[in-house]
Amino acid sequence: MVDTPRSLKPLIRAAAEAVIAHADELTDLDRAIGDGDHGINMKRGAEAVLAEIDLIAAKPMPDALKAIGMALVMKVGGASGPLYGSLLLGMGKAWGDGGMDRAALAASFAAGVDAVKARGKSDRGQKTMLDVLIPVLEDLRETGDAAGLREAAAVACAATRDMKAERGRASFLGERSIGHVDPGARSSSLMIGAICDALGGTS
Amino acid sequence: MNRNVGIVIVSHSADVARGAADMVRQMVGEDVPLAHCGGDADGGLGSDVARILAAIDEAWSPRGVAVLVDLGGAETNSEMAIEMLPEDRRDKVVVCNAPVVEGAIMAATESAGGADLGQVRATAEELAPA
Repeated sequence: MVDTPRSLKPLIRAAAEAVIAHADELTDLDRAIGDGDHGINMKRGAEAVLAEIDLIAAKPMPDALKAIGMALVMKVGGASGPLYGSLLLGMGKAWGDGGMDRAALAASFAAGVDAVKARGKSDRGQKTMLDVLIPVLEDLRETGDAAGLREAAAVACAATRDMKAERGRASFLGERSIGHVDPGARSSSLMIGAICDALGGTS
Repeated sequence: MNRNVGIVIVSHSADVARGAADMVRQMVGEDVPLAHCGGDADGGLGSDVARILAAIDEAWSPRGVAVLVDLGGAETNSEMAIEMLPEDRRDKVVVCNAPVVEGAIMAATESAGGADLGQVRATAEELAPA
């Protein structure tokens, strides 16, 4: 796939710019079943990461991932700051000494997903970002093809529309949460899609 | 030296946090280390890990700190803040599963009587819905 860390920068930029470009959409989704701040919060985090992108991209991979995670923890707010922060911090802690091949990425991503589960006290099927992250992890373990990952994320995100929320603010709505895509699933799908596009263009 | 257990109030709203802290001060008095924070990094409604860390520091007691939170993001960010504390402090800070205003007052009342962190937390959590 890609080497570290020279080619990390376009991936960070792609993910951050996707979030910023879709901030209004994320906020609209969150207004339907949450508290309406997901787009604003994620945009703030993305801008904070972009502001440090040269510093971050100059670090070794584990430190770069942790730096992104810490920026998200400190800047995003909401529940999504600690959740996305834990994903990146978890990935950084689990990153080995090697380069960025598929197995290394899958192992690191798995640790990040576990950190999100622990932080959110959640798992698959509760209408959260995990409903995108877990299928993407499974696909990454099996194939790791960028186009396939992008598709897996998009399909998993769309599937949250028919789920009933069992975690977070949306769970207060019970059955009424059905019929809306989960905002966290959407932001995950957006960033994964953007990273996959960037990988497709650079690898 | 023998400082009572500290109380930290974390709300999505700076106004709610300050109001709850005012109630604790008036009803319980000055014998409890107390700090509050609310709102996101831009001053809007939300949560901010940096402010939560500062509040824990402000209310710090060697006997521990009980954190009262209002909703999801306040809880998640408080748990994140606790993990970011120095190792020797991490085990002495707990998030109470209790309503923020009533929980803060009950926790502070218990603390003012010299109770330990476990008792303070248990008293606040008696208010939690079953």
